[in-house]
Amino acid sequence: MNNLIPSQISGAVLGSVLAMGLCFPVLAQDAPDVGPHPPMPAKAMESHIGNITGHSQDAKGDYRRYCAGCHGDLGDGNGENAVWLDPRPRDFTLATFKCRSTPTGTLPLDSDLYNTIGRGITNSNMPIWNTFTKEQRANLVAYIKTFSPRWEKEKAGDPIPVPPETPITIESIAHGKALFTKLECWKCHGPEGKGDGPSAATLTDSKDQPIRPYNFAAGKEDSRFKCGSTNQDIYKIFMTGVDGTPMPSFADTIQPNDAWDLVHFLRVLQVQRPSKENAVLKAAGGKIPPYVDKQDNKSENQEMPSQSDDKSTGGGK
Amino acid sequence: MRLKRFYLVLLSLVVCSSMMFAGTVSGKITYTGTPAKQKPIDMSKEPSCAKQHATPVTTETVVTGAGNTLENVVVYVSAGADDANAPAQAVTFTQKGCQYLPHVLAMHTNQELKVLNDDQTSHNIHPLAKVNREWNKSQPPGSPPLDAKFDQPEFISVKCNIHPWMHGWFAVLKTNHYAISKDDGTFSIPDLPPGKYTLTAWQEDYGTKTADITITGKETKTQDFTFTAKPY
Repeated sequence: MNNLIPSQISGAVLGSVLAMGLCFPVLAQDAPDVGPHPPMPAKAMESHIGNITGHSQDAKGDYRRYCAGCHGDLGDGNGENAVWLDPRPRDFTLATFKCRSTPTGTLPLDSDLYNTIGRGITNSNMPIWNTFTKEQRANLVAYIKTFSPRWEKEKAGDPIPVPPETPITIESIAHGKALFTKLECWKCHGPEGKGDGPSAATLTDSKDQPIRPYNFAAGKEDSRFKCGSTNQDIYKIFMTGVDGTPMPSFADTIQPNDAWDLVHFLRVLQVQRPSKENAVLKAAGGKIPPYVDKQDNKSENQEMPSQSDDKSTGGGK
Repeated sequence: MRLKRFYLVLLSLVVCSSMMFAGTVSGKITYTGTPAKQKPIDMSKEPSCAKQHATPVTTETVVTGAGNTLENVVVYVSAGADDANAPAQAVTFTQKGCQYLPHVLAMHTNQELKVLNDDQTSHNIHPLAKVNREWNKSQPPGSPPLDAKFDQPEFISVKCNIHPWMHGWFAVLKTNHYAISKDDGTFSIPDLPPGKYTLTAWQEDYGTKTADITITGKETKTQDFTFTAKPY
């Protein structure tokens, strides 16, 4: 090496660079960038939330800065932080979403995704992105839609209607408890809604990751559900189901009035959270009476094990 | 009028002749090696189902018969047949005794599927589709049949999350030329017009095997498939 004169070196370098340029013209022109990229050009998508129109092209910077760390540049939920997270970040390439107002197996509304971004997801690492402007959130919704071709081929489902709430009464709560038993909600959520039902330990999501049923009893005033905190949100969660998880849709099996009864019972499972439902229960002496169907005078509330039974047979194993 | 009748006769001749010259492929599915022992299922947490079973119930991932035969293998024409439309009649998937009947259900894309709950307990039907849309619906006892369709070919794993031992498969195919091996491992696919076909045999744990066959006329071709058992 020592006896090579500079001109020889530069000549050799120049020659090899030229040769490389000739042999690999594409490589030579590659931009110095890191990480995988979506196949370009990704089709530009739009979102419509109220009178705001989101444009996917305008969200590229925000997505790479705030979202890609977990959801990945390709939107497949394999960002560099993903391995440390439980539950794992959403894989947008499947276009399967938990929080929807649309039936199970259908695409959510743009506003569903928009609300999820602003609300964050309880019991997960998805933060509340209330620092974004409305336009930024709408643009990100449009960007999420570039990751799956389903958004070009399919329309969002028709939203499941949420009728006006029925009065909160002890009878409504009692009927809700009967439904909780009959529909086997307690098999996963547990007889007292602590997420400790007999099947709880066996549950996995659709990517075979272990998943816990919601624990209603945990949390206090601030206790929230994954997809919102109002009674309307609870109504929607079990009517739409939580796609990608073991939580099914009950839209075909519960009548609207019955669904409100179930909502009222679920609220009293949140024992530490002040609510109108808990006040009604307290006023009734703190005990839920057995539900008697007025039409056929038959009690439906027989099968769920009591607390003491649960200790011997429940708890998963 | 007379012309119309002539065409009808001609049409029936064409249909009949194609039926007359259609062949059948049949065979037997076997395995080599030692399959994993199926695990016993404890249904004691669901007494209404447990009492329906006089004999112990096991998982059905690999169901074997005498002479190293395999049941529940889907054999279908994966290439060569025209993409026929879905038959008008529905296929039925029944939940009974906290098991799926049948364990593997084959259907055409867009064919109507009816899911029945014959049990005294609520089930949730959760097809873990990857290509088709994934959905998950509750079905309490006494509910009407649940209707569904899948528009893409796919082998879909089906679960009930409430009763975690319940597991089955939907084999959604883009052909009507298929059969599922019986308890003696045999299968038979009739009504194959003359032509060259690729047959695929699919077993939920052992994967797929393929074979090329040619049907020249009214004949019965034999095509057996042998899978290698997984010991665990």
